[in-house]
Amino acid sequence: MNWLLDLTPDEWNAVRLSIKVATVAMLASLPPGILVALLLARGQFWGKTVLNGLVHLPLILPPVVTGYLLLLTFGRRGPAGAFLAEHFGIVFSFRWTGAALACGVMGFPLMVRAIRLSIEAVDRKMEAAAGTLGANSLWVFATITLPLILPGLIAGAILAFAKAMGEFGATITFVSNIPNETQTLPSAIYTFTQVPGGDEGALRLTLISIVISMAALVASEVLARRVGRRLDIE
Amino acid sequence: MSVLVDISHRLGGFAIDARFESAGRLTALFGASGSGKTTLIDMIAGLIRPDKGRIEVDGRVLVDTGAGIFVPKHKRRIGMVFQDARLFPHLSVAGNLRYGRWFTPPAERYADIDAVVDLLGIGPLMNRRPAKLSGGEKQRVAIGRALLASPRLLLMDEPLASLDEARKAEILPYVERLRDETKIPIVYVSHSVAEVARLASDVVMLAQGNVVASGPTEAVMQRLDLLPAEERGEGGAVLDTRVLRHDETFGMTVLGSAAGEFRVPQLAMKTGTPVRIRIRARDVMIATEKPRGLSALNILPGTITAMSPGEGPAVEVGIDCNGATVLARITEQSRQALKLHLGGKVFAVIKTVSFDRANTGAGLPAEVDG
Repeated sequence: MNWLLDLTPDEWNAVRLSIKVATVAMLASLPPGILVALLLARGQFWGKTVLNGLVHLPLILPPVVTGYLLLLTFGRRGPAGAFLAEHFGIVFSFRWTGAALACGVMGFPLMVRAIRLSIEAVDRKMEAAAGTLGANSLWVFATITLPLILPGLIAGAILAFAKAMGEFGATITFVSNIPNETQTLPSAIYTFTQVPGGDEGALRLTLISIVISMAALVASEVLARRVGRRLDIE
Repeated sequence: MSVLVDISHRLGGFAIDARFESAGRLTALFGASGSGKTTLIDMIAGLIRPDKGRIEVDGRVLVDTGAGIFVPKHKRRIGMVFQDARLFPHLSVAGNLRYGRWFTPPAERYADIDAVVDLLGIGPLMNRRPAKLSGGEKQRVAIGRALLASPRLLLMDEPLASLDEARKAEILPYVERLRDETKIPIVYVSHSVAEVARLASDVVMLAQGNVVASGPTEAVMQRLDLLPAEERGEGGAVLDTRVLRHDETFGMTVLGSAAGEFRVPQLAMKTGTPVRIRIRARDVMIATEKPRGLSALNILPGTITAMSPGEGPAVEVGIDCNGATVLARITEQSRQALKLHLGGKVFAVIKTVSFDRANTGAGLPAEVDG
């Protein structure tokens, strides 16, 4: 069993990087995810179908295409990439931040879907009741809607995290496969399979990948059950 | 304190066009389902925006479509108790109770949590979750939650409608205490004659979106013809009386009223306590001379002041007993046999056992009774 835990520094870096990228992708997409889910669940505006389509695009496009579109938009010479680099010093291309962006975009439809469903399940009469008690819409959202959609929020976040852990196509297209910077677990496994004698390393990383994903799933189950028990809606 | 509502509103095929004004302790919005009661109360709460009209509470304009005024619900400071309680499932009972308090400006917080918890008897429930409460307990907590937001007006939308008889009997005394012990005026939506007769100081009767009668409960409840069909049998005179004495030998209480004395099954109330009674018209018999050899204990002399055809073979007769009107529902055959006519001297006969908890409740204290 010793060979399993005996990771090379590069392998450790891939594990650490993957967790960092997935965590940042998940956390950064939560606020826009909630906002878009709210708009889709409750908003009535022109272009709602278009927004819905845009959000779901990464789910149906080949990941390579999404990655390439990100490269065109957020690359050094892309309109958004150039703007962000010039005014805020944020650079995505060939950086781990770019990997997080690619992972976040790929997981976004899954997250929005889960949150949207839970928002649609909220009894709006509860919100009306909170309104008669003096809460304005912001407070109603913070004290009633948000706690009631917490299980959906957790589910959406974990889905996005898991998706980010496994993201490969868009990431490698957008930010390439640079050890220590953009080489996440899937890229590292891919690299191992491309070199002679890399089987052992590929297997090690595969097992680690399974353990992390399972841990995330179990954590989400435990969290959701705890929140569910607290809510306990008949 | 007063409530003024004067609105017209269209909801699909249903038009509501209502105007009323009330300054009562507890104003009942009464009518069959679909008469527009809940729509009206939702407008007062700010949950529905009326197409046209004006709503004022205590002189404060909440809605005036002409002037473009619409105060949003969270700024109205009007408490609402919903039929389905609507307790927040993620908060404990204590959390629910404290919710509204938080949003009330400190200077306007008059509700005291201990007093309200005590009034509603919800002390033992404080740490429970709403899902673990019975229907009656939920409704009491919902009332407490609305009260603790220190509202200027309390709206209650059929708070007992989803409860069984035993739970209703459990809540009614609390609503009576609310009416008598707090200063908050209440607007109470109901389709039940029993609830309205027992609780209301004033009644606004609605039918098909229009106000068909409004005024003090005793006067409005005389209009048996306006009652929803399924509640006709419950209709009858509503009288405010007082406990005169208790008759321990036979387990009865004697109530005094303008109409005379009533002997009812014993009430656990002190002498002098006001008692509101409802005498169902179908429980009242009419005699043209003082009956002898009759088991009924309540025999009141009076004069016939009104006669109108009721449903089927029935005639509804109003009998003025020394200023208080008692209603009787008899058959047209009996009316002809007894040759009853307006101005005729008769006796209204009521059995003691026809009084029960459903039609005997705590009366409104005289000093606040509008």
